[in-house]
Amino acid sequence: MSHKIVKKKKLAHLVHEFIIEAPLIAEHAKPGHFIVVRIHEKGERIPLTIADIYKDEGTFKMIVRAVGKSTYELCMMSEGDEILDVVGPLGKPSEIENYGRVLLIGGGVGIATLHPIAKALYEAGNEVYSILGGRSKEYVIMEEDFKKYGEVLVTTDDGSYGMKGLVTDGMEYLVKEKGLNFDVAWAVGPTVMMKFAALKGKELGIPKMWVSLNPIMVDGTGMCGACRVTVGGEIKFACVDGPEFDGYQVEWDELVRRLNQYKEREKIALERFLEKVGDVSWL
Amino acid sequence: MALKIPPRKTPMKEQPPEERRRNFFEVALGYTPEEAIAEAQRCITCPTKPCVKGCPVHIDIPTFIKHIKQGDFQGAIDTIKLYNNLPAVCGRVCPQENQCEAQCVVGKIPGSEPVAIGRLERFVADWEAEQGEVKLPEIKEKKGKKVAVVGAGPSGLTAAADLAKLGYDVTIFEAFHKAGGVLVYGIPEFRLPKKIVEREVEYIKKLGVKIVTNAVVGKTIPVDELLSEYDAVFIGVGAGAPKFIGIPGTNLNGVYSASEFLTRVNLMKAYLFPEYDTPVTVGKKVAVIGAGNTAMDAARTALRVGAEKVMIVYRRTEKEMPARLEEYHHAVEEGIEFHWLRQPIEYVGDDAGNVIGVKCAVMKLGEPDESGRRRPVPTGEEDFIEADMIIEAIGQQAQRILLDEFPQLKRNKWGYIEADLETGATSVRGVFAGGDIVTGAATVIEAMGAGKKAAKAIDKYLSGEWDPWAD
Repeated sequence: MSHKIVKKKKLAHLVHEFIIEAPLIAEHAKPGHFIVVRIHEKGERIPLTIADIYKDEGTFKMIVRAVGKSTYELCMMSEGDEILDVVGPLGKPSEIENYGRVLLIGGGVGIATLHPIAKALYEAGNEVYSILGGRSKEYVIMEEDFKKYGEVLVTTDDGSYGMKGLVTDGMEYLVKEKGLNFDVAWAVGPTVMMKFAALKGKELGIPKMWVSLNPIMVDGTGMCGACRVTVGGEIKFACVDGPEFDGYQVEWDELVRRLNQYKEREKIALERFLEKVGDVSWL
Repeated sequence: MALKIPPRKTPMKEQPPEERRRNFFEVALGYTPEEAIAEAQRCITCPTKPCVKGCPVHIDIPTFIKHIKQGDFQGAIDTIKLYNNLPAVCGRVCPQENQCEAQCVVGKIPGSEPVAIGRLERFVADWEAEQGEVKLPEIKEKKGKKVAVVGAGPSGLTAAADLAKLGYDVTIFEAFHKAGGVLVYGIPEFRLPKKIVEREVEYIKKLGVKIVTNAVVGKTIPVDELLSEYDAVFIGVGAGAPKFIGIPGTNLNGVYSASEFLTRVNLMKAYLFPEYDTPVTVGKKVAVIGAGNTAMDAARTALRVGAEKVMIVYRRTEKEMPARLEEYHHAVEEGIEFHWLRQPIEYVGDDAGNVIGVKCAVMKLGEPDESGRRRPVPTGEEDFIEADMIIEAIGQQAQRILLDEFPQLKRNKWGYIEADLETGATSVRGVFAGGDIVTGAATVIEAMGAGKKAAKAIDKYLSGEWDPWAD
């Protein structure tokens, strides 16, 4: 059974938003869950995250940044096209409860992953503060959505929008300048961002920080162990034990190394694809 | 009158080792009709039929072989299909040497090999497929009852097929995008071409079985929904999770589970990268840890994706190795090296986190353990084996994705589902289980046997003849 792309919108250069028809996933997905997508018969299984769930419509939203061959190919698909396989919802859902005051730190398309979590935490009665970071203004996504749940601080690397700096600068500002104490935090974004957010969170005395890991996966159902991460000195499978873990316990350098395992091959696949499709500057 | 039985099995043609070690085509090429008839004639149609008892699904072996002798191949395959829904698979991957062929009377004659039952089964299954239309068996009148099967592997496919033939509405929920379970992700193309699995799956669909792929029970379909919507449930999800020895260096780049390596290559077709999108790292020197059938598959696959040197590292010796002898011989012929009596104690990496080798304790054999095999004990010496890729093939453990969502289901001390081995009945009313998720990793045919027994039990339960959950 394939899954129709009901809507598609370009958010920024190489960043696209999709509404995907998947009634069973829409019905059962909870914040923190992820999905695995295979575009066509020769495709690989890629883990992606859920940006919003529309139970009544039987659809969900995902936001994808083109980084490798498969994500480029996905971003080049059009409204009305069908994605061959969409599996999910996978992983363990976020632990949503009323913690008091929560800090959400999102970077790049990780902001999308954070969105259902923000919504659920708000609905559970938390006071929600969000830091949304991007390279430049264009890459700060879903700001309006997050504003519905609480205060939003935007940071950009180049200062083109909001505060100039990294999300960690934003964390420092909220805790030190604004004197805010947080009961728990979530950080979702590029692995290196999550690593430094976790270091900063610890330094600032935030008691706990959840991170959503995105290691290389194959099946996404606990069958292969490709997504092994070390957390608190123990080997965990991100697909079934996570994807959310205690950010203060993750062995970040190992994760970064493991993410680079297929770099050469990923490069070959992408170059070969780009050669075939020609100019993609419009994407 | 002395019977003149050729002492040796009619040989089956194989691709020569030096050719096949670099391709994914099937190693064994099958019998011609003449060869099959010649081999069938070695069967003496003994009245005791011990072979049938040796078969986990009790195929009427002498009768199907009698049909081959007479050149009635359709009669032969019809006989097999009364018992076995996946003959082309079983003829290839069953360990016949421990089952039917181990019991064969001809094999008991000094100096004589048993009848090549597996090769004959394969022959007639392939023969039927070549004829075009595969004959469908009788399907009983619809009973108006629904059975859900979780997992489209050997046990699930078998249970589903048998239940469909009995008139039940059967739906299989498969987590992967393709049906077949270990037959598609685990067993390599050169031992079991995926076309053959597809053919057998098509047959099962023709029996009326509905297969829903990408359906992870416990996630896509919650357990409660399944229990309320179906009259009975059969769980055949396989053992499911890879086991790692857990020594230092397990998370170095280049250390794989056999499940990951084989899934990338078999299911995702990484050997055809970049035509297919899934990549696989190919080491120059590959060390496979373990010496079971999966280890042989992983080693021979590594060779075919381009490794220069492939080694099997095993803590015991050739004698205790769990792999089928035939697979071991194939591996030796293809040039796999064997390092016996080596227990990995640490994977060693370079500064970039890539594995460069495995430190092993040198072992010797001590007293027999509970499995009856002599236990390996450390000698105190160490050895270092250089390798830029490690594949651990030391077994599996219970999967979590379904079981975590099904806490009412009682498990045994190893974490597998507690189920009656004769009926598959579990601790939850209307729920049956079989295959590796009950027994731990075993063989395809044993899983099929469990699926068959469960189908029979489910029929009895749904007909109101039997209820193991009644107070």
